[in-house]
Parts: sequence; structure tokens; C-alpha cells
Amino acid sequence: MLEIKNLHAAVGGKEILHGVNLAVNPGEVHAIMGPNGSGKSTLAGVLAGRESYVVTEGEVTYLGKNLLEMAPEDRAREGIFLAFQYPVEIPGVTNTYFLKAGLNAVRKHRGQEELDAVEFLGLVKQKLRLVDMDPALLNRPVNEGFSGGEKKRNEIFQMAILEPKLAILDETDSGLDIDALRIVADGVNKLRSKDNAVVVVTHYQRLLNYIVPDKVHVLVDGRIAKSGGKGLALELEEKGYDWIKDEIGTASVNG
Amino acid sequence: MQPQSQQYLVEFDRLEKSLNGMASSAVHMIRREAIARFSELGFPTTKHEEWRFTNVAPVARTPFEPVLQYDAQGVTAELVDHYSLGDSVGGLLVFINGHWSKEYSRLSSLPGGVMIESLASAMRTKGELVNGHLSRYVRFAEHSFAALNTAFMQDGLFIHLSDGTTLEEPLHVLYIAAGSTGGFMASPRNLVVMGKNSRLSLAETYVGVAQAPYLTNAVSEVVVGEDSILEHDKLQIESNQAYHVGLTVIHQDGRSNVTSNAISLGGQLVRNEVTVVFAAEGSESTLNGLSVATGKQLVDNHTTIDHAHPKCASHELYKSILDGNARGVFNGKIYVRPDAQQTDARQTNKTLLLSDDAVVNTKPQLEIFADDVKCTHGATVGQLDEEQVFYMRSRGIGEQAARDLLTYAFASDVAGRVHIAPLREQLDALLHARLREGRIVKDI
Repeated sequence: MLEIKNLHAAVGGKEILHGVNLAVNPGEVHAIMGPNGSGKSTLAGVLAGRESYVVTEGEVTYLGKNLLEMAPEDRAREGIFLAFQYPVEIPGVTNTYFLKAGLNAVRKHRGQEELDAVEFLGLVKQKLRLVDMDPALLNRPVNEGFSGGEKKRNEIFQMAILEPKLAILDETDSGLDIDALRIVADGVNKLRSKDNAVVVVTHYQRLLNYIVPDKVHVLVDGRIAKSGGKGLALELEEKGYDWIKDEIGTASVNG
Repeated sequence: MQPQSQQYLVEFDRLEKSLNGMASSAVHMIRREAIARFSELGFPTTKHEEWRFTNVAPVARTPFEPVLQYDAQGVTAELVDHYSLGDSVGGLLVFINGHWSKEYSRLSSLPGGVMIESLASAMRTKGELVNGHLSRYVRFAEHSFAALNTAFMQDGLFIHLSDGTTLEEPLHVLYIAAGSTGGFMASPRNLVVMGKNSRLSLAETYVGVAQAPYLTNAVSEVVVGEDSILEHDKLQIESNQAYHVGLTVIHQDGRSNVTSNAISLGGQLVRNEVTVVFAAEGSESTLNGLSVATGKQLVDNHTTIDHAHPKCASHELYKSILDGNARGVFNGKIYVRPDAQQTDARQTNKTLLLSDDAVVNTKPQLEIFADDVKCTHGATVGQLDEEQVFYMRSRGIGEQAARDLLTYAFASDVAGRVHIAPLREQLDALLHARLREGRIVKDI
């Protein structure tokens, strides 16, 4: 589904990713872990098409297409979803309006009929239950005045509405208490199927207790330093990241 | 005297000759005073502090011909229908090039104590009422365009509400600038006098169908009596060739409440001036403005709030969306006089620049002579937030649609405050038409 080969990317003229290789198949959940500054969020941003991130080398293939040539909206329409680490507030645009605009753009791209207001509301009600979100948030401006937990829940709610093939969760666990974490994880688990894949970017192992990964990759200094099964996450939780840095012999990792 | 003013003196003679017998009326004495003052003042230049960023040289050098009598100018019922607000309003008054159109206006029966008619008619039949207020609030001695309007004032809207009267349904006033060759000056002059404890909702639309340069030079005087409530909307959609200068003076007696929304979409050079005078304690005024300009349009909003008495509150929110080479000007004066304790004055001006070549000049001007007051002002100038654009795109919304949605959201903050629903809907449609992918935004 997703194949990343020797990916180099720079932000503001500084190279952050120094050759990332990764392959994700349908039905799989991959966790990308790593210390702060290792390039986890840069990788997520490059995949979603953030324009300030410049790919300097390498290639990314998604469902047989060159992902890097696609505009962010086309990636979304083709089934990529990024749950933002810092969901953006949009004053003046209600959550419902925003979601409907996104969903209908995606449906149109897929050759499906656009949903009318009644059909859309039906879908919304059904998906709201999935993430246990307060319906009152629907008519509020996107993320404006939402608590940290409400914002993250709103991301998963959007994901549930858009039904992506490849979901990338960028530090979705940060700032969540344990109850919210469980709800968010439940939402993600309910959306898992043999046809779609999830990439979970996280600093901590905690979220992986609830979203159990098939593969765990450790990103250090812009490269994947180690890959393994779910046991690797537990090992990292116990021993920290330093032993991996020692293993690959890089003493100068950005803290 | 500026040579360009000469032409208006000649036109004034023409007006005077047409008056037959009425040339000695009190109103005409005011006109004479005004034309004399105009000939001294001439048109302002950018050396004049109040006109620093708004160059009216194109207006000054064009010899616009004042429209001295009614002519339908080919305006059709379909056109009037297109801009009217249907059955949601209690009455529609149509003015063509500043003169009342009997054929297109309609008024249902009015409750007792309510007078609504053309100013021309009121001047003939209600001299005392008119003379007691006309030109008492506008200071044309300091304002060329006000002097010019006053010199040529013949017709416009006249409303008089007696104490304790309420007009249940909103009133719509449609000013149409028509005439294929342009070159004319329409000078609508409006006088609204609300007695104590009265209530009125008034919507104005200024529309232009003349596809050649013309000048609308409008002056409104509004007196809001004690404990009265006025809701006011103004939609300016003149043609893209139009020069539009509008001055509104609102005189508020004690404990009165005014909410006014001024939307400006049309015209090549537009100057909107609103002056609020708190003439007694305990009143409140809310002024909202939205300007949307592109191409080479210039839209200038000047507001003055005179807190002359204690315990009054004013709230101003003016927003502009500027694209292309458009220019915006905002100047917000707030005077708090020495006695005006417990004044609460708030002013906000926000500009969204959609192109690199659009320019805005914004200037808050607060002069505070009382010590127990709350006065705040803020101005922001910015572009669309790229993080918001990316967030929308990451959900499948196309880039231009995302920009349009955000632009519309910026506008809707003020557009949504328009009081009368059908006018709000008309405005929505106009805003959507202005957006590059407005259809998409509308369909959502």
C-alpha cells in the first residue's frame, strides 16, 4: 500500500530525514517511535503533503502512484488521513460544514453521489457514537475553544467520517488522559480492517497498549534505526531510547 | 475657488430657476448657504487630513450633472423586483437617481403616528417638522460633499415616528442609479426622526445599473429619540464605475439603542462616513462594517463616535477583504468628552489581504478627556492562515475552495449580523459570486 524508499526531507533548509525506508501493507498497523527531534512528525507531514517540507531525495509510492506528486487534497481523496498533532482552529467555519465539504470532495473524487444534509446528518450521528463526542461540538467552529482531548477526539471523528485507507496518527496520544486515550484508541480499532492500514506516530508506548501494532519502527536522527514486533515497544518503554542510539553508534542525537 | 466647483454653481442657478416661488423657502435658504460653503471649500485633496488616503481628484475633475427631477431612466419592474426583499418588509421605497419613484414604491397602510414619504413631499406639506431637523445634525461647513448634497437636496427618504410608535415590519429603501450615459450626480437626502420610545428597522440598498461613471452623494440624518431602538442595514452594490460618498449622522437621545451594519461591495471609489453623537446618557450604538473590494476599487470607512454624555457604549467592528489592487481605508475616531464618565468604547478593524498588491491604511483615533472610561481599539491586517488552508486540504477540500471557505468565514462574521433575513440571503449570494469557487462553498 505504502512504500517509502530512501526518503530525505528538509524543513527550512535543514535536512531532517536522512533516508527513511518503510513498507506498509493493507491490514497492518505500524508504530513509528523515537525520541523528540528524530523526525517522526516530519515523516507524517511529508506523507500528508505539508508544503514547507521539501523532499530532497527518495520516493514514496502509495497504491502504485507517486505520492510526492500529489496535492494534499488529492492524497486525502485517495484515502490518506493525517490526524494532526496540533489540530487547527478555524473560527467562522462550523465543524459540520467543514466535514461535509471534505466528505463530499472525497466522495465526488471516488465517483460517489454527494450526500445531502439529511444523509450527512445520519452518518454523523452514527460516527459520533464511535468516539463518544459531544454533539454540541458539531455546530461549533472547528476546534475553536475545544479542550485538548476534544480536539483529538474530533480528529478521530473526522477520520471515521472520511474512512481513509491509510490513517497516520501524529502523536494523537499527547496531552490525553487515560480515559480519552482509551476512547481514541477504541475509535481507531473499530475502523481497522483487512483493507486499510494505520501508522501510529508516538513518543510513548502507552497508546500501543490499546492500538496493538504489527510492527514497531524506531526513528533516530532521521533514519529507521531498528524495526521489530510489538515487543520492541515494551523494550523501549523499559530501557528508553539510548541503547538504540548506542547500538547504531550515534552519540550526537538531538534531544 | 477651484475651477471644477464653478460648474456646480451654474447647475445651482438652474435648480433655483426651476423652483418657481419656492426659492424663498427655509429649505432653499439652507441650500444657498451650502452652495456658498461648497464654493469656498471645493473638493478635498489628499492634503486634507481626512482625505489623506482617498484621492477624489477623479470626482473633482468630472463635471457631474445634478439630477434635478425624476426620470425612470428605463428602470423596469423586473429590476426593482430583483433587488427588493419581497413580502418580508412592510414597505418598499424606490428612488431613482435620488428622486422618489411613485410607480415602483409600495407602502402598506401605516399605523397612526407614522409618516413615511418622500422628502420632497414632506418639504411641501410638513414644513415645520422638516425644518425642525433638516440640516441640524450634518455639519456641512466642514465637509465639501455634505455641502454639495445640501445645496442640491430635493428628495430622499422622510420618516417621522411619533412617541411610542413601532413600525412592526422592516422598511426597505432601494436607491437605483440608472442612465446608460452616466455623468450624473444623485443627491439623496434622508431624514429619519424617531420620537421617544419608538422602534424602527430600516434597510437600504444602493444599486447601480449605469455602466459609465456617476456620483452618488448621499446624506442621512437620523434622530433616535429617548428609549428608542433602531436597526439599520446598508448594502452598497453600486456599479463598478460608480463613485459613492455616503454620510450618515446619527443623533441619539438618552437610553436609545442603534445597531447598524454597512456592507460595501460595489463602486470604484467609495467613502462611507458614519457619525454617532450621544446627546444624552445611557445609550448604546453598535456599528459593523464589511467591505469586499478587488480590481482597482477603493473603499474608505470613516467613523466618528462622539461620547458627549456619560454611560454610553459604542461597539465597532469593521472588516475588509481586499484582493487585486484594491485599497482600503479605515479611520475610527472616538471622542470621550470630559463629562462622559463610564463610557465603554470598543473598536476593532480587521483586514484580510488576498493579494500582494492590495493595500490598507487603518487608523484608530481616540481622544479621551474623561478618566473613568473603558476604551479599547485593535487593528489586524493579515493573509489567510496557511495552516488552516493545509488542514482543510488534508481533509480533501481543494485549495481554492479552502481559501474561499476561509474568506467567506471572515466575511460571515459581519454578514451574519444583517438584521433582515432576505437581505442577508442576497448578501450571501453576492459573496458567493465573488469567491472564485463560490458555488462549492454555497453547496456545502
